[in-house]
Amino acid sequence: MNSVGKYFSDIFYGLKSLWKGLMVTGYYFVHPKQIVTQQYPENRKELKMFDRFKGELILAHDENNFHHCNGCGICQLNCPNGSIEIIADSVPNEDGKAERIIDKHIYHLSMCTFCALCVKSCPSNALAFSQEFEHAVFDRNKLTKVLNQPGSRIKKEPKEPKAPKPPTDTVPKSNPAN
Amino acid sequence: MPFNIYDFSGTTKAIDQFLYAKMPPTWAFITELAIVGLIILLFYAVIGLYLVYLERKVCAFMQNRVGPNRVGKWGLFQTIADLIKLLMKELITIRKADKLLFNIAPFIVIIASFMAIAAIPFAKGLHAVDFNIGVFYMMAVSSIGVIGILLAGWSSNSKYSLIGAMRSGAQVVSYELSVGLALLSVVIFSGSMQLSTIIESQANGWWIFKGHIPAIISFVIFLIASTAEINRGPFDLAEAESELTAGFHTEYSGIRFAFFFLGEYMNMFIVASLAATVFLGGWMPLHIGNLQGFNHVMDFIPPIFWYFGKTIFIMYLIMWFKWTFPRLRIDQLLTLEWKYLLPINLVNILIISFIVLMGWYIK
Repeated sequence: MNSVGKYFSDIFYGLKSLWKGLMVTGYYFVHPKQIVTQQYPENRKELKMFDRFKGELILAHDENNFHHCNGCGICQLNCPNGSIEIIADSVPNEDGKAERIIDKHIYHLSMCTFCALCVKSCPSNALAFSQEFEHAVFDRNKLTKVLNQPGSRIKKEPKEPKAPKPPTDTVPKSNPAN
Repeated sequence: MPFNIYDFSGTTKAIDQFLYAKMPPTWAFITELAIVGLIILLFYAVIGLYLVYLERKVCAFMQNRVGPNRVGKWGLFQTIADLIKLLMKELITIRKADKLLFNIAPFIVIIASFMAIAAIPFAKGLHAVDFNIGVFYMMAVSSIGVIGILLAGWSSNSKYSLIGAMRSGAQVVSYELSVGLALLSVVIFSGSMQLSTIIESQANGWWIFKGHIPAIISFVIFLIASTAEINRGPFDLAEAESELTAGFHTEYSGIRFAFFFLGEYMNMFIVASLAATVFLGGWMPLHIGNLQGFNHVMDFIPPIFWYFGKTIFIMYLIMWFKWTFPRLRIDQLLTLEWKYLLPINLVNILIISFIVLMGWYIK
C-alpha cells in the first residue's frame, strides 16, 4: 500500500514541480517588458556600459592634464603578450637629480586580451579601463595608441610627512626639502 | 442542430466535375493529384518556415530575449533568409557513408509527414483524403518517420548519429503505444476512426469537455507522448545538442539538413492538429450543448480560424514544454513511459469504456 501511495504522490509531486517551472517561463512570455536585450545600433546614444566593463586601456588624466604614471614599466613587465611598451625619459628635477618620467606609454589594442594585469599591478593606480568598445578600424596601425596625452605631466602629490623611512633609503634628506 | 458552416466539399466537387468534363478521366485524375500535391507542398513549406520563426520567437520571449528582429518587420523573413542560405550550401557526402541510404533518409522523414498532412481536415470538407480509419492512418504514417531517422543515423557512419538514431528508435517505439492508447479513448467516445465523423460528434461540445476527467487525462498523456514521439524537448535525446552535437543529422548539410529540420517542425504541426482535431473539435466552433444563441455566435468565426487557433495553441504548449523542462535521461524517459504513462493509460481506457457503456458522458 505504501508503494502505491508513493507512486501516486510521485506523479502529483512531479506535476506540481513541472507546473512551477512552466509558470516561470509563462510569466516571462506574457511580460515582454522584462526583455533585457540591448538593441545595439539603435540605442547607441543612450547605451551605457557597466563600470566593470573592460573596453580599452586608458591612462587616467585629470582636467589639468595630469596623470599618475611615473614610467616605472611594471605594466610592461606584467603584460603577458607584450601589448604595452613604455618609453621613459629622464629629466632633472628641482634638485638637479635625474628623474624618470614617461615619454610614451604605447598600447597595442590589437594584442590586448583585457586581462587587466597591468591595471592591477600599477603601483600608482595610473591605469584604468574605459567603457569605449567600438574599436573597429580599417587600418591596423590605428590600433596602436599612445596613452599619455601630449603635454601631460605626472601629478606630484603634496608630500605628506612620511613615517620614518627604512635606513636603506638613499636620499633621506630630500624629504624635508620638498 | 442547424449548421451554417461553409462546406468546402461543394467547391471541391465543382472543380472535380469541371476537370472531368474538360478532360479524359485519366488526365483529370492526374491533374487533381497535381493540384492537391502542389497545394500541400506550398502549405508545407510556408507552415514549416513560419513554425521555425514562431519557435524562435516563443523561445526568445520565454528567455527574456527579443529573438529574430532584423530581416523584415519583426524578423518575419528571417527563416526565408535561412532557407536561401541552406539552399546554397554544399551537400557534403561523407566518405565511407552508405550513399544510397544517406541520400534517401531525409526524404523518408519528409514523405512520412507529407502523407500524414493529407488526412488532416482543415475545415468542413477541406481535406485531401478522408479515410474511414483516419486516426489509425495518421498513427501508422507518422511512425514511418522513425525509419528515416534510423537510416540517417546508420548510414552516416558516425558515432553521434548512430547513438542519436538508436535513442530515437527506442523512444518512438515505446511512446507510440501511449499515443495510440490516448487516441483510442476518443475513438471509444465517438465510436469512429474517421476524422470527419469524430469532428461531427463534437458539435455539441469538445471531447475534452464532454468526456470528463478521463478525457483530460488522455489529452495530457497524448501531449506528453506525442512530444516524445516527434523528438522534441524535453525528450530530444535523439539530437541532444550538448552530448551528440546534433544526433542523427550531424553529418547532413545544406538542404538535406533543412529537410530534417522542416520534417521535425511539420511533425509538431501534425501532432498538434491531430490533438486539436481529436480532443478540441478540429474546425468545430466552441458549442455548448444546446445553447442555440451561443452556438450561433460562435459559428460566425470561420472554421479555418478555429482549426488554426487550436493548433497554434497546442503548438504553443509543446514549445512551452520544450523551453521550460530540462532534457530527460534515457532511463528516465523509458521509466516515464513504461511505469507511468502506459499503466495510467490502460486504466484510463478501462474507465472510459465503462463510462461509454453506461452512457455517463455528455451526449
